[in-house]
Amino acid sequence: MENKKSGKPILSAICSAIIWGSGQAIFAKEYIKGLLLFLIQVIFISIELVTGYWVEALMGLVPIFDIRVHGGFFTKGIWGLITLGEVKREDHSANLMIYGVLAIIILAVILVIAILVIKDAYKTQIEFEKTGKTVTFRDFIKKFMHKSFAYVVLAPMAILFLIVTIMPIVSTILIAFTNYSKNNLPPANLLEWVGFENFGKLFTVPIWSSTFIGVLSWTVLWATVVTLGAYFFGLLQATLLYNMESRMKKVYQSILILPWAVPAMVTLLYLRTILNGQFGQLNMFLKDIGVITQSIPFLTDPIIAKITVIFVAIFLAFPSFMIMMLGVFSSADSSWYEAATIDGANKWEQFRYITFPHIFTATAPLLIMSFSFNFNGFGTIYFLTDGGPVNSNYQFAGHTDILISWIYDLTLSQQMFAMASVMSILIFIFVGALSIWNLKRTTSFKNM
Amino acid sequence: MNKKIFKIFAHIELSLLCLIVLSPIVLIVLSSFSAEQSLAASTFIPKEFTLANYEKLFTETNYFLWFKNTLFIAITNVIVSVFIIMVTSWIMSRFDFKGKKTSLLTILLFSMFPTFLSMTAIYALFSMLKLIGNPLSMIIIYVAGAIPYNTWLVKGYLDGIPKSLDEAAYIDGATKFQSFFKVVLPLSTPIITYCAVNQFINPWMDYILPSMLLSGDKQKTLAVGLFELIARGEEAQTTLFAAGAVLIGIPITILFLVFQKYLAKGISAGADKG
Repeated sequence: MENKKSGKPILSAICSAIIWGSGQAIFAKEYIKGLLLFLIQVIFISIELVTGYWVEALMGLVPIFDIRVHGGFFTKGIWGLITLGEVKREDHSANLMIYGVLAIIILAVILVIAILVIKDAYKTQIEFEKTGKTVTFRDFIKKFMHKSFAYVVLAPMAILFLIVTIMPIVSTILIAFTNYSKNNLPPANLLEWVGFENFGKLFTVPIWSSTFIGVLSWTVLWATVVTLGAYFFGLLQATLLYNMESRMKKVYQSILILPWAVPAMVTLLYLRTILNGQFGQLNMFLKDIGVITQSIPFLTDPIIAKITVIFVAIFLAFPSFMIMMLGVFSSADSSWYEAATIDGANKWEQFRYITFPHIFTATAPLLIMSFSFNFNGFGTIYFLTDGGPVNSNYQFAGHTDILISWIYDLTLSQQMFAMASVMSILIFIFVGALSIWNLKRTTSFKNM
Repeated sequence: MNKKIFKIFAHIELSLLCLIVLSPIVLIVLSSFSAEQSLAASTFIPKEFTLANYEKLFTETNYFLWFKNTLFIAITNVIVSVFIIMVTSWIMSRFDFKGKKTSLLTILLFSMFPTFLSMTAIYALFSMLKLIGNPLSMIIIYVAGAIPYNTWLVKGYLDGIPKSLDEAAYIDGATKFQSFFKVVLPLSTPIITYCAVNQFINPWMDYILPSMLLSGDKQKTLAVGLFELIARGEEAQTTLFAAGAVLIGIPITILFLVFQKYLAKGISAGADKG
């Protein structure tokens, strides 16, 4: 075996690295496969050629070749990503960057395919020298579909995910390292890479750091109170419902599920009207029955608005916990309670030492999921108060703004794109780490 | 005695809460029949009832068009995403391949990034693809967004279907896809229902990205159209909004209640801690 080593597998791999499929065709006589691989390579190269002016350049029609003008999709993409444009008003830095990211992602996919082609050239040759037989194209496809079935089926999904999800996220992350803001908008101006300057601003520029600390602490407080509030309020309703034997139980349950069932956007937008400080129906009602004489500014007073959004969020979130817990209640083993009764435990002790731990273990991951959801609970804030009332000590943020609604405002109304990206990265790290940690403890993950 | 007090307390607490839950719903239904245009002038219970708001919805706004647009997006989204979710999770559940765990973790991690935070790049991407104003853009976003979490969830479900069933099909000469369609899919109806209902409901009340990508009045989805009716500050057409919200809120609420069991099971399946 050893002395039969011909060096041809390496040679075949080198050939295929230059012209895809050539190694397979020349040495192992797999012509159809070789041709197919070559055609794929031709397609990739023609993307670059067709989108640029390479053909004209080769024909001598372009006197001075400039990638900025004459480059194709890939070369111009990489050029744009590095330089972010060179001529004001002509180069749109932000778009150049996004195309650059797209070009790099597609190049990475092509690179993976190239590596597979080269590997295949090497392996095909070894197999060919061992057996001395050329594998027919049909046999190759059969074997390929068998061995790489998962990859073939998943490839379209992977490409979709790379382009629609990964590309925008990577671009957003990159924006954090540029000077993209209202004072520096492309295409009138060019963007530049500024490194970690924006991250530095967050800690050195007082108005940014105080706003960030303020909004972050409110976000954490908001997410914690809403999650725990909804959890325990849901638990209370579930307990009351579960221990009720009357026919009313079903009625109560079907009504209490409504905040979950009715589309939240409708509820929130309408609550904004009901809670309006001047002519809201709640204020009118409270005045009519004589509880108050002056309207309560539910959505416009800094403290009251915070309390209002928390109450509304709990109101929307408790039914899902209630339903989940009712499910867990019925899965509790009645023998636990019999044993506890024999040991002389009263109802409260049974709840404290049997029911609650049982519920808690079953719903703990839900608690974390709900926390991340509320942490990014954009809808409640945006539809109810839109972050207001305005806080003059903050940089473009209101009293009820949480991180995500602040970022939204920074991007859309204030056009502080770079700072918004910095904040997005921080949210991403925080929520991502928490959620992955949570997922890792679930069954589906352990069986993976 | 103790038990009785508990019972009375339970009834009082629950019925009070029901009252709180029902009152905004009753109010919105009442105001949808109110003759006044904004709430500033209206009374608690409308003086006269009228169907004018519902009429105006169809004559003065593009409500029907918004409804059709959203329905098209929702249905296409259900068909495409459910198929893609099922195929992806089937592969993840039944086939072993290099990089499986890494890729699952990667897609999950990236799905933690709220989609609309990358709106600048998404807008640039779709304008490059010339899909701004085309419902296809939202469908693509929903489908790509549905893959990560649902794949992970459904994979867990499929893992619970015995592999011996697939193997029996293979012995009978079935191909891989035949075993998927004839063995795995029929046994997954509960989880398919969960994904389908979720994917159907989602577009109806999604606001941010549709408002950016489908901003023309003829392409709007319902959520965008409704939001604009009420978000005009002083000129908010609250009663018109109420009528529009009631018309769409009722079917969605009913849909939710009908499939309630599946939805609750789907959520708890994602959090199952063994």
